[in-house]
Amino acid sequence: MTLDSKVPSGPLADKWDKHRFDLKLVNPANKRKFRVLIVGSGLAGASAAASLAELGYDVDCFCYQDSPRRAHSIAAQGGINASKNYQNDGDSDFRLFYDTIKGGDFRSREANVYRLAQVSTHIIDQCVAQGVPFAREYGGTLANRSFGGVLVSRTFYARGATGQQLLLGAYGALNRQIHAGKVTMHNRCEMLDLVLVDGHARGIITRDMVTGKIERWAGDAVVLGTGGYGNIFFLSTNAVGCNVTASFRAYKRGAYMANPCFTQIHPTCIPVAGEHQSKLTLMSESLRNDGRIWVPKKKKDTRPAPSIPEDERDYYLERIYPTFGNLVPRDIASRAAKNVCDDGYGIGMSGLGVYLDFADAIQRLGRDVISQRYGNLFDMYERITGEDPYKVPMRIYPASHYTMGGLWVDYNLMSNIPGLHVIGEANFSDHGANRLGASALMQGLADGYFVLPYTIGNYFATEHQEQVTTDHPAFGEVEAEVKGQIDRLLAVKGKRTPASFHKELGKLMWDHCGMSRNAKGLEQVLQRIPELRQEFWENVSVTGAGMELNQCLERAGRVADFLEFGEVMAHDALGRGESCGAHLREEYVSEDGEAKRDDDNYCYVAAWEYQGDGKEPALHKEELVFENVELTTRSYK
Amino acid sequence: MKLTLHIWRQKDAQDKGGMVRYEVDGVSEHSSFLEMLDVLNDGLIEKGQDPVAFDSDCREGICGMCSLVINGRPHGPWTATTVCQLHMRAYRDGDTIYIEPWRAKSFPVLKDLIVDRSSFDRIQQAGGYVSVNTGNAVDANCLPIGKPAADQAFDAAHCIGCGACVAACKNASAMLFVSAKVGQFAVLPQGQTERKERVLSMVEQMDKEGFGNCTNQYECEAACPKEISADFMRMMNLDYFKSSATTS
Ligand SMILES: Cc1cc2nc3c(=O)[nH]c(=O)nc-3n(C[C@H](O)[C@H](O)[C@H](O)COP(=O)(O)OP(=O)(O)OC[C@H]3O[C@@H](n4cnc5c(N)ncnc54)[C@H](O)[C@@H]3O)c2cc1C
Ligand code: FES
Repeated sequence: MTLDSKVPSGPLADKWDKHRFDLKLVNPANKRKFRVLIVGSGLAGASAAASLAELGYDVDCFCYQDSPRRAHSIAAQGGINASKNYQNDGDSDFRLFYDTIKGGDFRSREANVYRLAQVSTHIIDQCVAQGVPFAREYGGTLANRSFGGVLVSRTFYARGATGQQLLLGAYGALNRQIHAGKVTMHNRCEMLDLVLVDGHARGIITRDMVTGKIERWAGDAVVLGTGGYGNIFFLSTNAVGCNVTASFRAYKRGAYMANPCFTQIHPTCIPVAGEHQSKLTLMSESLRNDGRIWVPKKKKDTRPAPSIPEDERDYYLERIYPTFGNLVPRDIASRAAKNVCDDGYGIGMSGLGVYLDFADAIQRLGRDVISQRYGNLFDMYERITGEDPYKVPMRIYPASHYTMGGLWVDYNLMSNIPGLHVIGEANFSDHGANRLGASALMQGLADGYFVLPYTIGNYFATEHQEQVTTDHPAFGEVEAEVKGQIDRLLAVKGKRTPASFHKELGKLMWDHCGMSRNAKGLEQVLQRIPELRQEFWENVSVTGAGMELNQCLERAGRVADFLEFGEVMAHDALGRGESCGAHLREEYVSEDGEAKRDDDNYCYVAAWEYQGDGKEPALHKEELVFENVELTTRSYK
Repeated sequence: MKLTLHIWRQKDAQDKGGMVRYEVDGVSEHSSFLEMLDVLNDGLIEKGQDPVAFDSDCREGICGMCSLVINGRPHGPWTATTVCQLHMRAYRDGDTIYIEPWRAKSFPVLKDLIVDRSSFDRIQQAGGYVSVNTGNAVDANCLPIGKPAADQAFDAAHCIGCGACVAACKNASAMLFVSAKVGQFAVLPQGQTERKERVLSMVEQMDKEGFGNCTNQYECEAACPKEISADFMRMMNLDYFKSSATTS
């Protein structure tokens, strides 16, 4: 099958306008006849559910938490970008577009990214209208700050809880539609499979996480806004429930998985403290605005940080990247931290840590200003580590944070399965091989508020499908498979916990498919995962029954999918014989250790198609065409 | 360290439930409280026994999912801290810890330590928003909002909807939770148009859900992990009386 990105023709800046005009519309009176199943209530899912309901569609929305307000978007701290140019510092749609394309190391689609920049400003307007309490200046206008990888100040924020405030805004809009009877919300309800009828996505199978009941849902389109798969590494900054199940089941039904090896390792997280650790906590990238990163110049220096004199500190980011300094993009900052630690300069018990120091900023701006900007992050740090970052520098280390890869979608955010749309972190679309800070919130809301509501109508207007009900045999078949998998999990009755398999897989992926990769390590992953999977199916202990609230079963199902998905990731990483963005192949680095792209051979999106259990997936390529930017070597020096 | 735990176990909503005693050993002071429970559960699962069910997701104090009463206190001993952020250095070797679910008529127990908080969602659905459709907004800076008002709105909006306020209150009142949303919009210009209807319908829904009355004990404020101020309840009361006077 050829991958048609459906990018409209014409000049970059006019594409979206032209496309909106060309899209076929659904008669307003007919919209209520279309039912949309939206899985996910994060920024992407909630904003889409509310906006589609406002337009008149009938919406069912699903999430695995006990309330849509708890979707993982709630945890985003630092901010959201928009090309408002309120600071008059030279920002524009084109600059935001360019920064994002360059930040992604030229592995994303020009037209999508430009559209993202164009709608970014509407997002801020919409959120303010909803009453989202963004930070403001004394004069009453909105405040901005800078994030990594850019030299303008375009990030809007709400203290250190931007994601919370944006999500609660979308949750409010969603609640209004629930109240109006246009959205039916299904909490604690996990999608376990996708149902296709005549090749179109027409329904899903879910498990009620309270009663265990397996249910069928039919609709005219399915939208996945199910977030990222960063928890493949077990330890990550994601919520413990984040998983790949919905996307992976769609993949097994024929949806292509694009660039799964593009995973973001965030440079500023609290280092691992012990073997029972269940997650890692992010310290927002915004801290790099005022914090300076350093390690001692002496290897294995055990002196406390404040007693290491200034000239015995290596501010390595400022040294290597004088132009961007502490504000280099995430992939570069993470790799630099890994390199200094691998070379023996790391700090803390494990030697896997670097300092993020606010002493200068506190002296320059005063404690109050710093507390205004980052107070809740400092408190969070102290609660977790027992150390006061106003007095001693924070200890930080990179951790899995975000996944640029995801299900392949075209310009209309539709996957290769007609009717299956994918939004937010779950799709692959806008961030290439590395995402810049404060752009995931922007993308999630762009997709849900301002893109999908237009494009989904075109699908309904142009691809007329017969009505189906859940009595269609396709539903029965998929439901039987779902039940079969649950019964199999419960029947193993082995000795090892699902979590122990997850940890082992996570370590394997982190060691060989994390911050740096090589062919030998990736081949090892491909050999080890099937063994681990076999052991899982022979020795996992899943307690309790299917027809009850059963967290052990939920966990086991997610781990089972990660155990298959890891292989797809490794295939992708092995197949991409270049380094770009967050994907660093040790075989392909420049003399000064930076990622070395190979535009002649790898300037494409790698979209993987499922070929059957245990079989290598098939690769489809979407060649990336750059008409408006020149492919340069990314330099932040 | 070694600890004795007494944990509420309840098979499902119908079951009567009761406390069960567990011993855990080798707990690190660097672990979080929930990681300590993870270790307990891993041990149970290895023995083929049902692990203790409890809610959590973000594990960094923002999603509002975690909800345990520890030794009688919602979210445990640390102030302004959710239980997922509580670390074991708060305890000593040999301690005995009692762990129970939120207790309130409007939060029925589903299993062990997990309760049903959908009543909170229904209160929000009754009016916890500004009615503005997507695409209807003017440029954000056309609406200047003074920093003090914006900051105050944030203080209220920071509520994570965990329900600790209800669990802490002897009347199981949800006033602090409701007033946080009402208060956010009461101090913002965007919230003025629907101000009266909002407070009336949210309070009406709160009553319908069976939450108790506020008798000004302020246990809610003390238990709130986000330190939402009881001032918002006073503001809401005033708003409520004004609104009912002018609309009836
Ligand atoms: C700690 C942290 C801080 C961050 N800070 C920032 C920041 O400052 N700026 C920025 O731009 N980005 C930030 N990000 C990234 C950003 O928050 C996420 O990429 C974004 O919020 C994802 O939104 P989403 O709607 O796609 O998915 P999510 O918010 O993850 O929502 C996923 C939804 O899908 C549901 N779901 C998943 N699987 C199933 C299933 N099988 N069945 C039913 N429902 C399911 C969940 O219940 C949930 O409702 C941060 C991320 C983290 C982890
Ligand atoms: S688990 Fe999210 S607040 Fe505790």
